[in-house]
Amino acid sequence: MLFRPVNNNYHDFVIDRDKDRCINCKVCVRQCSYEAHYWDENRQRVMHDNSKCVGCHRCEALCPTAALTIRKNPSEFRDNALWRPVFLKNIYKQADTGAVLLGAMGSPVDIPCYWDHLLLDASQVTNPSIDPLREPMELKTFLGSKPRSLEFATARDGSRRLKTKMPPQIELRYPIMFSAMSLGSINYNLHLAMARAAEETGICYNTGEGGLHKTLYRYGPNTIVQVASGRFGVHRDYINAGVGIEIKIGQGAKPGIGGHLPGEKITAMVAETRMIPLGSDAISPAPHHDIYSIEDLLQLIYALKETSEYRLPVSVKVAAVHNVAAIVSGIVRAGADIVAIDGVRGGTGAAPCMIRDNVGIPIELAIASVDQRLRDEGIRSQASIVAAGGIRCSADAVKAIALGADAVYIGTAALVAVGCTLCARCYTGKCPWGIATNDPKLAKRQNPDLAARKLANLIRAWGHEMEEMLGGMGLNSIESLRGNRDKLRAVGLSREEMDILGVKHAGN
Amino acid sequence: MATRARKQLTLDARGVYYRQLNERIRQAASQGVSRFVLNNVNGQRYIATGLVGDLVFDIHGVPGQDMAAFMCGPLIRVSGNAQDGVGNTMDGGKVVIDGIAGDVIGYAMRGGRIYVRGDVGYRVGIHMKAYMDNVPVIVVGGKSGDFLGEYMAGGIILLLGMFSDKRCSPITGRSMGTGMHGGVIYVRGEVPEEQLGPGLHAQPVGADDLRTIRGIVKDYARELKLDGEDILSGGFMKVRPFSHRPYGNLYVPA
Repeated sequence: MLFRPVNNNYHDFVIDRDKDRCINCKVCVRQCSYEAHYWDENRQRVMHDNSKCVGCHRCEALCPTAALTIRKNPSEFRDNALWRPVFLKNIYKQADTGAVLLGAMGSPVDIPCYWDHLLLDASQVTNPSIDPLREPMELKTFLGSKPRSLEFATARDGSRRLKTKMPPQIELRYPIMFSAMSLGSINYNLHLAMARAAEETGICYNTGEGGLHKTLYRYGPNTIVQVASGRFGVHRDYINAGVGIEIKIGQGAKPGIGGHLPGEKITAMVAETRMIPLGSDAISPAPHHDIYSIEDLLQLIYALKETSEYRLPVSVKVAAVHNVAAIVSGIVRAGADIVAIDGVRGGTGAAPCMIRDNVGIPIELAIASVDQRLRDEGIRSQASIVAAGGIRCSADAVKAIALGADAVYIGTAALVAVGCTLCARCYTGKCPWGIATNDPKLAKRQNPDLAARKLANLIRAWGHEMEEMLGGMGLNSIESLRGNRDKLRAVGLSREEMDILGVKHAGN
Repeated sequence: MATRARKQLTLDARGVYYRQLNERIRQAASQGVSRFVLNNVNGQRYIATGLVGDLVFDIHGVPGQDMAAFMCGPLIRVSGNAQDGVGNTMDGGKVVIDGIAGDVIGYAMRGGRIYVRGDVGYRVGIHMKAYMDNVPVIVVGGKSGDFLGEYMAGGIILLLGMFSDKRCSPITGRSMGTGMHGGVIYVRGEVPEEQLGPGLHAQPVGADDLRTIRGIVKDYARELKLDGEDILSGGFMKVRPFSHRPYGNLYVPA
């Protein structure tokens, strides 16, 4: 039995303060929202409590004399390949509290990452590569159901026009979108920044399940509104506010369970936008209780289409799980114009660790099997596929598209762009970087202008890189890469993995 | 209802697919029609879904799934039964059903009123929520199925148990109010405690509650031509959440 609470004994980080450099200016005291740094009146100097450090590096980044370094706690348990320290620490915590282990951000567990086992092709001799700096290169992407065939009418003067009525499409300048992060899980400054960056770069951001703040309706042309089981902030104007509507069924970080925004994060603005009382928990049930079957999903898809008078494409977001190909086939047949699939490494503001680390499958396998299944059934063109969950760089995005995705969602990468260090305490509402917090003092650490610029920079940078990779392969349009798995080769994968991914081994 | 003359449209829904029917209604509404009489309705979905403003619907027959979903403003009277999903995420307006209704009535409803004369199915009024003056109300004249008011976050459900075809059933099914963290459920007569969700208990109503109930019953009785005093003659109990944060202590940071 431990004498002190477990967190005081076996904490994860130590704060290394260089006494020669420290000038006791208290910046660290003011910056640390977890109160790891404090002013000691008796000693008349800044002190710290290692047990409170979450490893966010905010103090280190802002220390004017670079006196601080955050290190992993060097205190070590006896080596044991099976009983790694994380298991011991978690059991101690649960024995103390009887509570469910709560985590945030994507799973830190070493689940195989297939992006790292896939390599892209490039042109050599037999076909020319293309230089995107000087030659046309097309990343423009349309999300939505595509007609099976096109009909044209010829007028008397011989001119032709399209006769087929096109289903509604979302037009993106880059095949990248900011994924669903609700107002509440992150604050208004970041919603505004995402909206502005999306407008500037010609892409979309997703509202998540927290409604749309009234001042953000003007960014409608770059907005996808989400409808989830809690239906927070969902009403007719909201449904019609953007260029697409997404029904959230599942999330990669927590397939099969609902959402839960703790009362601490429900401020007046969040309450107003979600249209719920102040300080009360916002609970999104695990299922939509009006959806127990594909037929019921069809009913909600068409309720939303009726409400938007068929002007907007409807997306359905699901977590990548074991039978994802069959599930997505059903979703497409239910009338979805877009299917977003979120892999096991997807991020979150809060998820029970056991769920986050053990439920779901990697997005790479899900995309490949879904794309193949829809092709086999002849319905691939009926819906676009958006890949989500742990897209870390533009090469991951390019590989996702080569495996069969039309576009990708980025959530964690967008937060990292504005300073997130993945300390994974989003659910406390105390994010020292001003991201996953609605505390006005912390939230103002994010300047919407700067954050918008960083987000737009990230999209443009990835866009350039994608063009380089495409050009290298001799392609001048992202359309030529979609589902073009011949541009991928595997390294170090089994025959079965390659079969599912539909790629050959490198050297073949 | 406004006394000014309404521009009226009578539609025969027999054999008309829901998309055409609703398209016709939207078109007429945009041209100033504000009173609709729909005859021979037989399962057409999404009637008045997404509609706003001062419109009146008289529906004869059985409207289909998701009637009045996302609706904000209109008044709907159904002379007959209704199917599932009435008032799904409804914002405002009123739905009066002179019959029975199916499952998930008033899911995530945020404003307005739904009056059902008879019985309702499962998961009615789940995740209803209130914000400031927006307080949704559901009145069930008969009995309800399981999970009445599950996850309820605000608003009022009034369960009368009077006009029921289910003679042997308890007034409400299993797990009433499970996970409720706001709002109130009033029940006429006794609440079967064994049907309540975990942690919930029935309490006697106070003077404020009775005033609220009286106001709702008066309007309900008027709309459905029932005897309000007869309804009010029974005693009432109420079920309220034991916490607005029922899962506050469930988690520990990993």
